[in-house]
Amino acid sequence: MKRRDFVKLSGFGMGATLLPAGLLAGDPVAGRRISAEELLNPGPDVAFKKQMADVALNAAKSKGATYTDVRIGRYLRQYLFTRENKVQNIVNSESYGIGIRVIANGTWGFASTNEMTPESIAYTAGMAVEMAKANAEIQREPVVLAPQKGVGEKSWKTPIQKNAFEIPVKEKIDLLMEVNGAALKKGASFVTSNLFFVNEQKYFASTDGSYIDQDVHRMWPTFTVTAVNKQTGRFKTRDALSAPIGMGYEYLSDNPAEKMIIPNGPTVYRYAYNMIEDATAAALQAREKLTAKSVPAGKYDMILDPSNLGLTIHESVGHPLELDRVLGYEANLAGTSFATMEKLQSKNFQYGSNIVNLVADKTQPNTMGLVGYDDEGVPCKQWPLVKDGILVNFQATRDQVHLLGETESQGCSFAESWDSVQFQRMPNVSLQPGRDKYSIHDMIRDTEKGIYILGRGSSSIDQQRYNFQFSGQLFYEIRNGAIVGMLDDVAYQSNTQEFWNSCARICDKDDYRLFGTFFDGKGQPGQVSAVSHGCPTTRFNGVNVINTGRKI
Amino acid sequence: MAILSEQDARKIIDKVLSYSRADEMKVELTGGRSGNIRFARNSVSTAGASNNLSLSITSVLGKKTGTSDINEFDDASLEKAVRRAEEMARLAPENPEYVPMPGPQTYAKPQAFVETTANMKAPDRARLAGASIRSIMTSQLSGAGFLEDSATFNAIGNSRGLFGYHQSTDVNFSLTIRTPDGTGSGYAAGDFNDVSKLDTGALTDIAIQKAKASQKAVALEPGKYTVILEPLAAGELIQFMIRAMDARTADEGRSFLGKKGGGTRLGEKLLDERVTIYSDPANAQIPGSPFSPEGYAHQKVVWFDKGVVKNMSYSPYWAQQKGAKPLPQPSGFVMEGGTQSLAELIKGTEKGILVTRFWYTRWLDPQTLLYTGLTRDGTFYIDNGQIKHPVKNFRFNESPVIMLNNLEALGRPVRTRGNLVPPMRIRDFTFSSLSDAV
Repeated sequence: MKRRDFVKLSGFGMGATLLPAGLLAGDPVAGRRISAEELLNPGPDVAFKKQMADVALNAAKSKGATYTDVRIGRYLRQYLFTRENKVQNIVNSESYGIGIRVIANGTWGFASTNEMTPESIAYTAGMAVEMAKANAEIQREPVVLAPQKGVGEKSWKTPIQKNAFEIPVKEKIDLLMEVNGAALKKGASFVTSNLFFVNEQKYFASTDGSYIDQDVHRMWPTFTVTAVNKQTGRFKTRDALSAPIGMGYEYLSDNPAEKMIIPNGPTVYRYAYNMIEDATAAALQAREKLTAKSVPAGKYDMILDPSNLGLTIHESVGHPLELDRVLGYEANLAGTSFATMEKLQSKNFQYGSNIVNLVADKTQPNTMGLVGYDDEGVPCKQWPLVKDGILVNFQATRDQVHLLGETESQGCSFAESWDSVQFQRMPNVSLQPGRDKYSIHDMIRDTEKGIYILGRGSSSIDQQRYNFQFSGQLFYEIRNGAIVGMLDDVAYQSNTQEFWNSCARICDKDDYRLFGTFFDGKGQPGQVSAVSHGCPTTRFNGVNVINTGRKI
Repeated sequence: MAILSEQDARKIIDKVLSYSRADEMKVELTGGRSGNIRFARNSVSTAGASNNLSLSITSVLGKKTGTSDINEFDDASLEKAVRRAEEMARLAPENPEYVPMPGPQTYAKPQAFVETTANMKAPDRARLAGASIRSIMTSQLSGAGFLEDSATFNAIGNSRGLFGYHQSTDVNFSLTIRTPDGTGSGYAAGDFNDVSKLDTGALTDIAIQKAKASQKAVALEPGKYTVILEPLAAGELIQFMIRAMDARTADEGRSFLGKKGGGTRLGEKLLDERVTIYSDPANAQIPGSPFSPEGYAHQKVVWFDKGVVKNMSYSPYWAQQKGAKPLPQPSGFVMEGGTQSLAELIKGTEKGILVTRFWYTRWLDPQTLLYTGLTRDGTFYIDNGQIKHPVKNFRFNESPVIMLNNLEALGRPVRTRGNLVPPMRIRDFTFSSLSDAV
């Protein structure tokens, strides 16, 4: 979705600049606006999709394709936007069509259409073959595709309890109005709140003999609370501590077993999120931030909550270990990677301290990257990226994996929509919990001079993923084993390898929670994807903290 | 045919408006074609083309609005879309901030459509990309690039008699070239309405030269430096500032334009007196859309005049609240500059750092418009008017407001990302740390 389209949908002005930058991508996210009731329309049945897929497969073959895959996609979205006591916009959209990818003359070709007739599909398949043949003129090496045995006819669905589209719009608006009301009651000057719901109905077929029907659900409830002091001219915000997540509407429930209250600190949530309670706390905390102590720059032990560390994992582990970046395919946009092939092949590159174990996993429950099969029909799996601190693998697709000396794809192919070509995207990448029993309370108690950071804030990392700077939503000063107050103007700067090697302690599995990014951008033309990152609260010793306070 | 003529667009809009049973209705018709080619490792990686024509209908019942979109254009489908928008308006909550639609407007006539760009096809893209690839390979370097072109139109009409029609074309090309040893990287980019102005060969030569010259960079201590920002780098930070000039957030006290004790900084001198920034859809070099999505006219607007805040953007609702005229955000801006070229600016610099472009620029504090990001693909040390050697990339923490108060010199404005921006020399630009990235 282009920024201007999102701004239009949301009715936001300045507020939109505070939303994730990953909103920069292709148009189809917006889709065709429909009524909420139409979101419950079951769409075309599997038999029809198989019939249309076969039309494409046969047409491409007859034109000279040596491999073809077909994605029939129906993408349903509902986005709700509010501020204070007003509904700014409700957007229900549907996007439906077919994308056909072929190999001809050793080169990829791709074409798509929203006209789902046999004639149109056959024509589009021919266009894909023509494009492949035209591009073969400036292709240097033929595509090498890792073998993938056909899986036959399969279906897969995100395990949800409540389909968010079945919840009446009024109920959702009532919730957001209650959220906004709660924040205003506790002294917020302004509040915006949003709900994002997505259902991707994806059908995949290929000449390998796979016919895979998948029904993917994910959602993101979020808000921003602003406190203004007109006398001083200062203002501060606090965003929701929710996670965008691969769950149904059941995520928006109150379950005491899924939350933790930090002494002198905030409440954090796992697989059930009380949005009203968090907005209430956010209003109080935004006001507290107006008078918080400006941080003295220096070295601190950083205790990072999953709501903050998740983004650091995303940027400093997820992206640099994408094989297409390593190879140079993203060089003109997002850059390359410090994690080169030689470092992997050395088998001794110390990515992090020896307690750091990072895994890629597209099978992890409740995550946004959870699917049964990727967009090349490869069954999903888990594999290690960093084991006991050592770099052990990358993330790859079928046409890349031979470069790693492997013969099986890791299932990292994804396309934003039916009309965008699939390419390599990161799976869920997560930090494994510590093996010993160790809680956040223990970690705070064991820290002499530290800062405890929660929530996603400003983030920036260089084009090879060395130098980064991250901020957050809430910063608590820790002195001699206790939270003593709130800090402001905090950002931490480090080098990826130094940072992960400063990882000193990781809480256990009971503290493991998810972070996620709903609109992660990559590629030219840009595409967005959604992915989760899990981790427990983790401490990094001796990290450089800068003071970001300025005057204009 | 995705590009409809003004007459055909008006015919469809009038037909749709005739189906309305709502209090007010707005119809937007957009269409066009786009194509792209992407290459990396000196070989094409992906390519694509698309055509699109769609209609969006917004119906209003009292203060309730509903919108539906459709891409079928037979009478029955159009009427169905109108009924659906009305049904959605009926079900929607009332919007107390709803402002009635504007009546007929007078629009500028920007010349944004160029036939040669509109006629671009896959072989044209392959030729332009292929020429660049060949040049890179001759230099024994590795390149990655992206070329994208489009021809589009949009038309708008409403039940109060407003009608607008606009056609435009765009082409943009960017490439990054790296040396085989991984120690040098160079970048160049260009964007135009007219493809005949796009010289991929010249841009490739610049990127090649920067890649070679940036090998084996030297580390300098982070700190405050005099910098020369090329238009691409400067324009990025200034664009963030222009986007943040919303009157409502300023009045609400949550903008860099809010001030202590309440009120806004409208009329205050906020920047160096050499800073004048305006927008003008009729500018021949960066022709923009003559109307906003609501149908209000984009006209020449001065945002900063000799450093003074002259205007802020007003949504229709906020304009009504404040007794002002609605003033949409501009799609592109012009920053006035001087007559010197980039080379002349370098020549006049005793000691400084030349920045080709920034990367991963993100806000740090909306109160001070503080941003962070990194230099990339060509950062060089200037000594006594000469580029002496490449330097390792820096992270910056800086605000465009502070930057435009530390202005030393401005060069000749050039088109970059749809804006006209001069290269500029800035003193005391804050680099907060070093990056090993190439």
